[in-house]
Amino acid sequence: MVQWTDFERQTIQSIFGKMDYDDVGPAALSRCLIVYPWTQRYFGNFGNLSNAAAIQGNPKVAAHGKTVLQGLVLAVKNMDNIKATFTELSVLHSEKLRVDPDNFRLLADCLTIVVAARMGAAFTADVQGAFQKFLAIVVCSLCRQYH
Amino acid sequence: MSLTAKDKSVVKAFWGKVSGKADVVGAEALGRMLTAYPQTKTYFSHWADLSPGSDPVKKHGSTIMGAIGNAVGVIDELVGGLSALSDLHAFKLRVDPGNFKILSHNILVTLAIHFPRDFTPEVHIAVDKFLAALSAALADKYR
Repeated sequence: MVQWTDFERQTIQSIFGKMDYDDVGPAALSRCLIVYPWTQRYFGNFGNLSNAAAIQGNPKVAAHGKTVLQGLVLAVKNMDNIKATFTELSVLHSEKLRVDPDNFRLLADCLTIVVAARMGAAFTADVQGAFQKFLAIVVCSLCRQYH
Repeated sequence: MSLTAKDKSVVKAFWGKVSGKADVVGAEALGRMLTAYPQTKTYFSHWADLSPGSDPVKKHGSTIMGAIGNAVGVIDELVGGLSALSDLHAFKLRVDPGNFKILSHNILVTLAIHFPRDFTPEVHIAVDKFLAALSAALADKYR
């Protein structure tokens, strides 16, 4: 089972407690689709993704960014059991959506950068460590049901 | 994923803004890396103090950012321009090249914090590609 220090627990709860999900979700997903354009392969039916402006203005990207962030919030609410919490989501991503798990890491990196930009100096090295540990565990849980 | 002419001009323009704060960015990126990726501390066992903001971290962060700034100047010929540094990393320092990606990520996080308006997705992709090309040039002599 994952061991969380008090600092890590409080940090994750605090970050997500103060986060504007409607801003961060879409920003992270659109950044991922722009910076790592091959990730667009999973969004063939999202309409116009032809350039950065189109991606940032795309309502389906925005909606999906919010969906992804809601998934993360689920993990925040179940920090001591992320593995079990994400079993169904893992099956969905592997068997139905067929997403290469490397993409989870790319999105996690983009989310880290977006959160860092929003939080500024408050995103200290220790906070970054806690945030990235949380995302690594989420990514690992999403990968678990891949066979 | 080679650098296009647009990538190079975006990197040069952005680096013009970064260069004034290069020392701060370098020290902070290194401090973040040592904290968030503790396995990287194994390369610095000869330092008395590995905490963010310590003298060795500040000094080395400055060295690294200076080298990256020079690399911007030779962006058209990174392999040739970084040849001596590649020798150093390959034969003397022997840093596992996987760590270049880790440091690059921490540089990007630091840039996002210090330049929240300038570090747009378009700048992000160009700088990410540049750091990847720089890392490849640094690893060129490894084997």
